[in-house]
Amino acid sequence: MSSNTDTIRELAQQEYKWGFVTDIAADSEPKGLNEEIIRFISAKKNEPEFMLEWRLKAYRHWASLEKAQAEPKWANIKYAPIDYQDIVYYSAPKQKPSLASLSEVDPEILRTYEKLGIPLEERKMLAGVAVDAVFDSVSVATTFKAKLAELGIIFCSFSEAVREHPELVKKYLGTVVPYTDNFFAALNAAVFTDGSFVYVPKGVRCPMELSTYFRINAAETGQFERTLIVADEGAYVSYLEGCTAPIRDENQLHAAVVELIALDDAQIKYSTVQNWYPGDKNGKGGIYNFVTKRGKCLGKNSKISWTQVETGSAITWKYPSCILQGENSVGEFYSVALTNNYQQADTGTKMLHIGKNTRSTIVSKGISAGHGQNTYRGQVKILKDAAGARNYTQCDSLLIGDQCGAHTFPYIEVKNSTARMEHEASTSKIGEDQLFYLRQRGLKAEDAVSMIVNGFCKRVFRELPMEFAVEAQKLLSVSLEGSVG
Amino acid sequence: MSLLQIKNLHVQVAGREILKGIDLEMDAGEVHSIMGPNGSGKSTLAQVLARRETYEVTGGEILFQGKDLLAMKAEEAACEGLFLAFQYPVEIPGISNAYFLRSALNAIRKYRGQEEMDAMDFLPKMRESLKLLDMDEALMNRSVNEAFSGGEKKRNEILQMAVLEPKLAILDETDSGLDIDALRIVAQGVNAMRSPERAILVVTHYQRLLNYIVPDRVHVLVDGRIVRSGGPELALELEEKGYTTMETGTRSAISV
Repeated sequence: MSSNTDTIRELAQQEYKWGFVTDIAADSEPKGLNEEIIRFISAKKNEPEFMLEWRLKAYRHWASLEKAQAEPKWANIKYAPIDYQDIVYYSAPKQKPSLASLSEVDPEILRTYEKLGIPLEERKMLAGVAVDAVFDSVSVATTFKAKLAELGIIFCSFSEAVREHPELVKKYLGTVVPYTDNFFAALNAAVFTDGSFVYVPKGVRCPMELSTYFRINAAETGQFERTLIVADEGAYVSYLEGCTAPIRDENQLHAAVVELIALDDAQIKYSTVQNWYPGDKNGKGGIYNFVTKRGKCLGKNSKISWTQVETGSAITWKYPSCILQGENSVGEFYSVALTNNYQQADTGTKMLHIGKNTRSTIVSKGISAGHGQNTYRGQVKILKDAAGARNYTQCDSLLIGDQCGAHTFPYIEVKNSTARMEHEASTSKIGEDQLFYLRQRGLKAEDAVSMIVNGFCKRVFRELPMEFAVEAQKLLSVSLEGSVG
Repeated sequence: MSLLQIKNLHVQVAGREILKGIDLEMDAGEVHSIMGPNGSGKSTLAQVLARRETYEVTGGEILFQGKDLLAMKAEEAACEGLFLAFQYPVEIPGISNAYFLRSALNAIRKYRGQEEMDAMDFLPKMRESLKLLDMDEALMNRSVNEAFSGGEKKRNEILQMAVLEPKLAILDETDSGLDIDALRIVAQGVNAMRSPERAILVVTHYQRLLNYIVPDRVHVLVDGRIVRSGGPELALELEEKGYTTMETGTRSAISV
């Protein structure tokens, strides 16, 4: 099993290098970041003036931060310095190497897809095989869009939203994550290429899970993605991001921003499965994933819930957070983060209680295997006026083997004496006695590990939409292959 | 051919010899008991048979249904039909007891080239065994052994045995921590499992359990050696005289 995984990773790594050279040579602007590049990106996208101005302000802010060497260094991760002038910030939408059929795809990669139970047509898309007429993503998306349009729901690419719904974009963009928020958020604001936009009007309950999968060209927006979701009064929406299939990308640095806004009585549920290329078993290559995700419960009785399953990327730096401004608003964060081989993750959440009787729940499950380093970093802040605020935090770490690490950094700040806080934490190791027990009942060692890990993550998986949960379980098993001797 | 043949088995843990040459043969249909004082090597024998890797076998041979048991991994031995009822059953948080048991059954069925059993077919099988052990079905929806009482854990072991239908079942101190009612129910479950195709090895410190599960043969293990073997009456003799006399008895016998 483990040699299979290694082969897949090695192959992925080879193609990764190959893709880098050919694609870049053909279709992009020169490397480096300056005002001209920003203007070029904005012009290419036919953006209105306000967008360009916003991008330029963001760029100038970022440039001042870079000059001051203000790239955040506090996270518990190690990586070589990033040369921001050595990155290409705009590539024309490019052709993926198109193969004629699945028989031309490496059989090891196909086997991984099979293990994950990915539908046949989807496998073709992921592997870069030309998709045939039966599965026409354009027509699927069109049918889907028509259904949503009937309800007045807007679901489109960010670029389209900027052109078609500038008033909504202008009203909400940067209101949750301003470009001044942090180094990577500033970078994203300056150069973001695309992403998703969702608006659910008053009183509308979105009847289906919205997934980037149904959005045309979604696959091309990975590097500097920007997502904005607005749920108007009494609206409900569940949004799925990502895909369990291993996704390769030529760009090593990813810096996405996600902003969520919930007005009175609105609910947003945001679920992520992140499986970007994690690097090989020796820690070579892999995506650096620096993400800023934040939701604002602006209205009373609103609710924002984050659920994430993070198994990919060489580095994960990510803290999906909630600003609980409206009275009685609720913030939730459910997370599974797995680091295997030489992966590093520093992830957690911030819950900022501003309004009265605001409640938050944090459940974090970190799993470290191989030489993986897994850090939970969470901040719960209860402000002066947040009378009756409540927080419950549970933060568990599971270690597999003796070369990995688990770290926990909870920050708690309470300024209102009526607040109630609970914090539970545990660290455990998959014991030889647990493994032996399961193996004595007939389960293979790897299946035994995967069963123990899935049990450990159950509380979080329960929060995922059904199909996503099933996929996430399989993904954990595949990601753990080779972690037991 | 015997179901189980242990020949001159030597086992070490951390450089210390625990089993010092064990010989034992069991046929299908038989119930044997291994009795011995604390530290005599009873549990070590049970764990080595179940292929726990922390024990180092330094000599000897074990044949299970004619196959080399020492060449098997724990899961292979399990799939070949060897079951160990644990002295200290392990907790698996977040995994339901029913799901775990069905996964185990299907792992074994798959190994044997049989079709996997879906939840619908599994349910009646599980219920039948629950009834045998007077267990509440609610226990099946709880995490494996988590927050189970001592008695519930032991019953759960026998439930697994009833569902998995092993060729050789080893009961490691199954009576410890059981009150008399629970003991009776567990014994009843084990007795219901007695069959001409199955052998059961009852490892125990006390004779008490053997009032309910009457063995065909009793072996006395002292200091890593089987010092005496006999019929069920041997257990009663032990109860009366204790292990100490047994030990000195053999030593003098050897010196003669």
